[in-house]
Amino acid sequence: MSMFEQLANRDRVFEFLAPAASPVDVRHGPILYLEDVNVSFDGFKAINNLNLTIDDGELRCIIGPNGAGKTTMMDIITGKTRPDTGSVWFGSRHNLLTLSEPDIASLGIGRKFQKPTVFEALTVFENLELAMAADKRILPTLTAIMKAEYRDQIDEVLEMINLKTLRDKPAGILSHGQKQWLEIGMLLMQKPRLLLVDEPVAGMTEQEMERTAELLTSLAGKQSVVVVEHDMGFVRSIARQVTVLHQGSVLAEGTMDQVSNDPEVIKVYLGEEA
Amino acid sequence: MSIFRLLAGLALAWCLALGPAVATAQVQDDTAQTLLQRLAEANNAEKSKVLKQIAESGDERARSWLEAFAGGKLATVKSSGYVVLVTNNTGRNWQVASAVTGDSMGEMSRRDLDSIRVNNALRSQVEGILSVVDLTVADHRTRRAAARHLLGRVDAVTAPLIEERLEVEENDRVRDLLANALAIHQLEQGEINAIEQLSGSLNSRVRAALNNAASSDDPAIAAAAEKALASIEQKLKLNKAAETLYFGLSLGSVLVLAAIGLAITFGVMGVINMAHGELIMLGAYTTWGMQQLFPGQPGLALILSIPAGFMVAALAGIIIERSVIQHLKGRPLETLLATFGISLILQQLVRTVISPLNRTVVTPEWMSGSIMINEALSLTLNRLYVIGFALVVFAGLMLIMRRTRLGLEVRAVTQNRAMARSMGIKATKVDIMTFALGSGVAGLAGVALSQITNVGPNLGQNYIIDSFMVVVFGGVGNLWGTLVAGLTLGTINQILEPWAGAVLAKIMVLVLIILFIQKRPRGLFPQKGRAAEG
Amino acid sequence: MASSQTWLLRPLQERSTQLFLGVLFGALIVVTFLHLFMPQDSALHVSAYTVTLLGKYLCYALLAVAVDLVWGYLGILSLGHGAFFALGGYAMGMYLMRQIGDRGVYGDPVLPDFMVFLNWDTLPWYWQGFDMAWFAFIMVLLAPGLLALVFGFLAFRSRVTGVYLSIITQALTFALMLAFFRNEMGFGGNNGLTDFRDILGFNLRSDATRLGLFIATGIALAIGYVICRGIVTSKLGRVSVACRDAEARTRFLGYRVERVQLFVFVVSAMLAGVAGALYVPQVGIINPSEFSPLFSIEIVVWVALGGRATLYGAVIGAILVNYAKTVFTGVMPDAWLFALGALFVLVTVFLPKGIAGLLQKRRKAKDDDTATGQEATA
Repeated sequence: MSMFEQLANRDRVFEFLAPAASPVDVRHGPILYLEDVNVSFDGFKAINNLNLTIDDGELRCIIGPNGAGKTTMMDIITGKTRPDTGSVWFGSRHNLLTLSEPDIASLGIGRKFQKPTVFEALTVFENLELAMAADKRILPTLTAIMKAEYRDQIDEVLEMINLKTLRDKPAGILSHGQKQWLEIGMLLMQKPRLLLVDEPVAGMTEQEMERTAELLTSLAGKQSVVVVEHDMGFVRSIARQVTVLHQGSVLAEGTMDQVSNDPEVIKVYLGEEA
Repeated sequence: MSIFRLLAGLALAWCLALGPAVATAQVQDDTAQTLLQRLAEANNAEKSKVLKQIAESGDERARSWLEAFAGGKLATVKSSGYVVLVTNNTGRNWQVASAVTGDSMGEMSRRDLDSIRVNNALRSQVEGILSVVDLTVADHRTRRAAARHLLGRVDAVTAPLIEERLEVEENDRVRDLLANALAIHQLEQGEINAIEQLSGSLNSRVRAALNNAASSDDPAIAAAAEKALASIEQKLKLNKAAETLYFGLSLGSVLVLAAIGLAITFGVMGVINMAHGELIMLGAYTTWGMQQLFPGQPGLALILSIPAGFMVAALAGIIIERSVIQHLKGRPLETLLATFGISLILQQLVRTVISPLNRTVVTPEWMSGSIMINEALSLTLNRLYVIGFALVVFAGLMLIMRRTRLGLEVRAVTQNRAMARSMGIKATKVDIMTFALGSGVAGLAGVALSQITNVGPNLGQNYIIDSFMVVVFGGVGNLWGTLVAGLTLGTINQILEPWAGAVLAKIMVLVLIILFIQKRPRGLFPQKGRAAEG
Repeated sequence: MASSQTWLLRPLQERSTQLFLGVLFGALIVVTFLHLFMPQDSALHVSAYTVTLLGKYLCYALLAVAVDLVWGYLGILSLGHGAFFALGGYAMGMYLMRQIGDRGVYGDPVLPDFMVFLNWDTLPWYWQGFDMAWFAFIMVLLAPGLLALVFGFLAFRSRVTGVYLSIITQALTFALMLAFFRNEMGFGGNNGLTDFRDILGFNLRSDATRLGLFIATGIALAIGYVICRGIVTSKLGRVSVACRDAEARTRFLGYRVERVQLFVFVVSAMLAGVAGALYVPQVGIINPSEFSPLFSIEIVVWVALGGRATLYGAVIGAILVNYAKTVFTGVMPDAWLFALGALFVLVTVFLPKGIAGLLQKRRKAKDDDTATGQEATA
């Protein structure tokens, strides 16, 4: 039985301690590259010839009305939905369309869901523990032990997301905003190269929103961040590059000012707000 | 013009000419008495001629005389030579009746009577003649049966009679049978041309005749017969396939009936109702109960059982929904367990209240028997009715789902419960109605099942796993899927059964479904799109 | 430091596991003492019959723990665990059959009676090797383990979960039941395997062997419990819970959910196989009825009554329900199915957390009381 092999083979046990270096190759340009992607559900074109490029270290905001295909786009990048046609590359080496969700996650793409999804039966601490970058195969997970340095790492993140006092409470009792924070914390524990953040500030107070903005901007540079958000104020506060999605394809791209002056965009999206 | 018709026509003319019916009967009675007396006195060779005359007389009593003669029950009174029918020949004194008038003549001593002797040759001649007599009857079904009886029984005496009949017979099938009967006779006489007529037939006697011919000394006949047999074999195979398909569709429609209620409750409410099988059982027991209420009228009871079975099962369904399932909203696995408990209780209830043994449900006359498509293929009526019933129920459900307010609301709740709620649809009411509908349909399935299987406490259990397989195979929330899946599984099962055996066929189907789920986890007709992801 | 074994040792440092093992071993010792040293006519004497009955309960308890591992922690409601139990049982039964040797009715040195009866002249290939205890005992683990591996691989790979999976597991055990009912399968058909003589050279009918089997079962339950507890308290256990509650999220964290499910499922199936293997020599027979869907779903209700995702609750539930079954079927057999049916309904509707839930609630209430008391004094 391989379990016994594992037990006998002492030197492999410590393998999971090795830092999870992402093998993504960004020497030749962008970290994420979508080309001519199409998806349809029952004849409805959710994504229509979508082209999108995210550079390494960039912070990109994606906006668009409901049904513009934002969440579907995230599903495609993370392997949940397979497109009908098109190609999706992570760096210049990894074709994401051939990989499963866990593979994509271990390559270094982290995702925060639109509806905050945390493990409600587990404590806040345990949620972060599971997210932590580590060898996530079965036996290493079974034999994993909590080392002091991991504990410190987790506590650090707990501090950052302001949940230190709730460390050992089940995540199920957290408020909506706290769950959002916890999920962001889990993203941080994953140490991804690319963060996909779907509506991070829904249900947050003004103050919490500011902190989130601060956090996301501080991440950019070291990591690439893609934020999908409805809250215009929030987008304005963090955005450098903004992409507007409409009916499954890119309608406009540029700085917030450029985009908000684009007549097309005003017509389909901002116009409704004004 | 056949001699029978001529005689009958003459007799008719005679009657009309002579007026009073009593007088006519008297005259005929005299003729009859003479004929019968001649039969009694004749030697074997002459008897054969007299028999023919009796047959040709066109008298409606000829059949009873011939039958009595063949059965050795025709006798003469020694003193008068009067011919009588012996109605009871046990004991010393026999009960007799006048052969001519049919009136009872009380008991007579055995010693006073002379039985008219009969031998095997005469007896088989009578059989042939009787068939020929039947060929003149107005009812074409009797004619067909008679013609079938003649296959392989034609001899030199009956052959010319049949040739005559063949000319005037109007019914195609009767004519075909007669031609075959004649051809068998001709083949026996060594006529090779007869084989052509026989080569399309599926009748076993025709095949026997051809088999005989195939081992004939004449190589030409043997070869022709071989060829004809091969083409028959081919035809038989096709018929066998048609029969398998029929059995498959019949089993399939049972599966559809059993599963479709489940498809509704599972599809709409996401509720696995393990007591569904017991609701079917309730429907079957309702049929049994109705037949106890209307003894001697199984047909009426069965028809009344259709609404009654629906109501009983629907009511039981509502009780289950209100008392248990509504408290387990959003916990499908717990619902599964709780309804399984209910199924145990219902089974045990039937065992203690009614009986642990199977009950007999009578099949009404109009549902028993079978339709004969051809010699090799006949469809049992009860299964045909079940197939029809399943289709009617399916069509009815389709109508409800597509054309009524309830159907619209049900579809709305299936697709998006919260949204439907916010649009003013009372989801709870829809739940109750859906559950009642699904359960009621289970009751209908029970009514149908009572006609083709044993009605007992385990009835439901035998169908529950199969029903789930149908729903899983067909895709949840799609009635068409259930129909196609049910019929497909039924047919596959029947195809596998002959060469794998019933048990192994069942296992193979289960394994096939498990493998199928690998390829299409959401069944044949999955619901697509974002709504289905949840 | 043997860090790789800590997952197995960790439970031993837990208060709850220590308590469980203490109670279990205490019970084993008390029963053994009462059986061996109390005079036959004493009210405290535990008969060999009762020892075997208790041994049977312990087998069920181990089976329930196995089911709780997958249902409670992984969220997979298996309605087919009886199949793994029965496979383990058949593996043991085959060994015991071969041990009969030429002492059978027909006196054939190799072929079991039922094969002679069927006019078979050679042993089927899959019966080879079962005359050796070590081989049979490995098969006890391997047979259910392999079935779980193949079935689980197919099911989890295509992400069949929830009620679909439950129905398919039920179909699995149903299919196996039909198969084992067939004489041609070579497992004794209807009658199954029975008339065993001895195990490892000990006479199965002697009281000492029965006591030995009872103790062995107790130890197996202890080991099984510790293994399960080790898994659920490890990081893998927390990943299991994560799979149970938010499968997609777990995938996006980089865990291969289907492998986690497969691993735990196979471990659970093997434990069920061991339970079956210990069950067979104690009841003296194994037949296809162990494959019946009713039995499998009954196991689930033991767990539900005891309280899922607690492991010790499964043990309590299994023993309670089976004790009730023994009593009921003795006194009024007709009522048992009513009681069992009602149990299904009542537990799911009124006691979703089972007996363990009740215990926890009481303890929590007590804790809260003391906490508020402390606050008041502070």
